[in-house]
Amino acid sequence: MTKRVASQSASNAGSDVDPAMLASIGKVIGGFAARPDNLLPILHGIQDALGFVPPASVPMLAGALNLSRAEVHGVISFYHHFRSVVPGRHVLKLCRAEACQAIGARAIEAHVRSRLGIGFNETTTDGLFTLEPVYCLGNCACAPSAMLDDQVHGRLSVEAIDRLIDGCGERP
Amino acid sequence: MSIRVFVPRDTSAIACGADAVAEKVESEASSRGVDVVVVRNGSRGLYWLEPLVEVETANGRLGFGPIAPADVGGLFEAGFPHACSHPLALGPVDQVDWLQRQQRVCFARNGITDPLDLDDYRVHGGWQGVQCALSMSAQEIVQIVTDSGLRGRGGAAFPCGIKWKTVLDQMVAQKYIVCNADEGDSGTFSDRMVIEGDPYRLIEGMLIAGIAVGADKGYIYLRSEYPLAQRVLAEAIDRARSASWLGTNVQGSGRAFDVELRMGAGAYICGEETSLLESLEGRRGQVRFKPPLPAVKGLFEKPTVINNVITLASVPDVLIHGAEWYRDMGMGRSRGTLPIQLAGNIRRGGLVELAFGMTLRELLHGFGGGSASGRPIRAVQVGGPLGAYLPESQFDTPIDYEAFAAIDAMLGHGGIVVFDDTVDMAEQARFAMEFCAIESCGKCTPCRIGSTRGVEVIDHIRGGTDSQANMVLLRSLCDTMLHGSLCALGGLTPLPVLSALKHFPEDFVLQP
Repeated sequence: MTKRVASQSASNAGSDVDPAMLASIGKVIGGFAARPDNLLPILHGIQDALGFVPPASVPMLAGALNLSRAEVHGVISFYHHFRSVVPGRHVLKLCRAEACQAIGARAIEAHVRSRLGIGFNETTTDGLFTLEPVYCLGNCACAPSAMLDDQVHGRLSVEAIDRLIDGCGERP
Repeated sequence: MSIRVFVPRDTSAIACGADAVAEKVESEASSRGVDVVVVRNGSRGLYWLEPLVEVETANGRLGFGPIAPADVGGLFEAGFPHACSHPLALGPVDQVDWLQRQQRVCFARNGITDPLDLDDYRVHGGWQGVQCALSMSAQEIVQIVTDSGLRGRGGAAFPCGIKWKTVLDQMVAQKYIVCNADEGDSGTFSDRMVIEGDPYRLIEGMLIAGIAVGADKGYIYLRSEYPLAQRVLAEAIDRARSASWLGTNVQGSGRAFDVELRMGAGAYICGEETSLLESLEGRRGQVRFKPPLPAVKGLFEKPTVINNVITLASVPDVLIHGAEWYRDMGMGRSRGTLPIQLAGNIRRGGLVELAFGMTLRELLHGFGGGSASGRPIRAVQVGGPLGAYLPESQFDTPIDYEAFAAIDAMLGHGGIVVFDDTVDMAEQARFAMEFCAIESCGKCTPCRIGSTRGVEVIDHIRGGTDSQANMVLLRSLCDTMLHGSLCALGGLTPLPVLSALKHFPEDFVLQP
C-alpha cells in the first residue's frame, strides 16, 4: 500500500490555493484582535474550520499580527496539534503514554499500523484515516485509550479498535 | 414527581459508553411510561465502575455500575429506577467502601452536583471561599494560604503562600493569575475531573487568588487533548460571568476579575510554567531562564501567580475551614490532601483523595485491588513520565514529598501508573528518553541532544552491543541531563531511566 506522508513544510505558500479556503482563513483571523498572543487561538480556529493549517495561512497571519513568516511557521511546527496538510476524513489518535502501555497499547498500536498500512502522521491512500500519536488523553484509569475524531474511547482491545475502524466504513 | 437519574458527563465515563447509556435510560423510561429526568453529573472517580448510574431516592443515591448500554433494558426489567436487586447494584453510593475511606476536599462535590448548575454549586457550599476572601485583607488571605502549608500540586510542590506573597508585594498595577491546566503526565486526570465535574471550584480558586494578590485578569491554559473539559469550562465561565461572579464588579464588591480560557496545542513542555507563559503570549513553548521568577516578571512581563488546577481548587476550602484545619491533615511538610490517581494496569482505578501519609501499598492493594490482569505488580511509576519506577520493595513509602525525594523519586501531580510482571523495564527506560526527545523544547543541549543519544545508547545496551561501556555512557549521560538541563523535562528524564536500571538491572541484559 502506498502512502502519503504528512510533511510539515510551509513552502509553496500562496500558490494553487482555493479562494474559499483563503476566505475562511481570513474570516478566522478577522474574528480576533490583531495581537501576537492571539496566534494560537487563531491557529486553533483555522484548524477547527479546515482540519489543518494550510501553508497559505502563514503569510496572512504574519501580515495580520505583524510577525515574520519564520515566527509564524516556527509556532505552527512547534505544536504537535497543528498539521500543515489536509487530514483524512477521520483522525484516529492512539495514546502511546505509560498508563496505556501498561495495559496493552503497544499491541493495539502495532495492529492498527498494520491494518491501516500507515505509520503515525500518515494518511491512508483512500483518504479515510489519518493516524496520529497522542501522549495522554486523561483516560488513564480506563486505558488503553484512543480518540476518534473528537471522541475518546476507553478500555480498548484489538477487537474494540477494529470495531471503531469498521464503523468508519473502511473495508478491510 | 420525576425521578432523578444521574449518568456522568465525564471523558472517561463517556469513553466507556455513558452517552449511550444516558440515551438508553431516557428511551427505556419513556417507552415504559416511567417519569425520569437524566442529570449529567461529573464523575466521582470510581472509574472501574463507570459508567456509574445513580438514582436519587429518599434514602440517598443508589448506584449501579458498570452499566453498558445493553444492560439498561435489564435494569428496568428488574424494577429500576425504583429500589431493585440487580447483579450490578451497588447500594448507596456514598457507602461504597472505596469512597467512604477517602478524605475528599477538592473532590467533595464531584459526581454529586450538576457541574454547570450554579444553584447546585451554591447549595453544596460553592462561593463560600470567595465570600470569606471578600471580607479579608489581601495580607490576611495570603497569610492563611501560607499557614495552611498548601504546596503546588502541579508537581514542584512549591509553597503556594510564598508565591502569592511575592506577587502581592510587587508594586505594579497589572498582575495576572494563570491556571496551569496542561495536565500532560500520563496517569493523571484530576485536573480534568475538577474542570469537567466541578468547574466553578476552579473559577472560585482563581477569583480568590486574584483578590489576594490584586490581579483582575486570569487565564486558564487547558490542553487541547481535553475537548469535553474545554466545552464544560467555556460554558462555566460564561455562566459565572452572567451571574456576576466574574466581570467588572464581582457580586457588587467593586472588585474586577475575569477569566479567559486558552487552549494548548499538544506540547507536553507547556506544562512547565515558563514555557506555558511563552505559549500564552503566542510563541513557541520554549522554557525561559529563571530568574526573573514569573511572580516578579511573568505573563506579558507582569507579576503572575501561576498555579496548577488542584492548587487553586484547594484554596476555597482553606479559606472556609481555616489554615489549621488544612494543616492538621497530612504528614511532615506535606500538608492537606492529595488527589491520587490510580491508573494503568490496576483493577480498581480512579481518584483517591487522601491526606498525605498513606502508603503506596495500601493504595495499590487496599484501594486498587491489585493489577487488572491479575498478575503480580512489578513496578509502578509515580509522578508522570518524569517520575521514578518503584519496585515492590519500595511500596511501603508513604505519600509524602520528602519521603519520595529521599528514594530519588517524586510524587509530581499524584499519578500512579501500575505495571504487572510482563513489563520490560528496559523498554520503559527507552520510552522515557524517547518521550523527552519528542517533547523537548530544544532550548538546552542536554535535553535536546541528550534524549536522542539516550535512546541510542539504550538500544545498544538492549541489543548487546558493548553493553558494559554503554552502561557507563548512559549513567554519564543521565548525570549531564540531571545537572545541565534548563528545566524539569531534561532534568528529570533520568529519574525513570536510572530507577529502572537500579531496580530492574536484569531487564537490561540481552537474553540469549
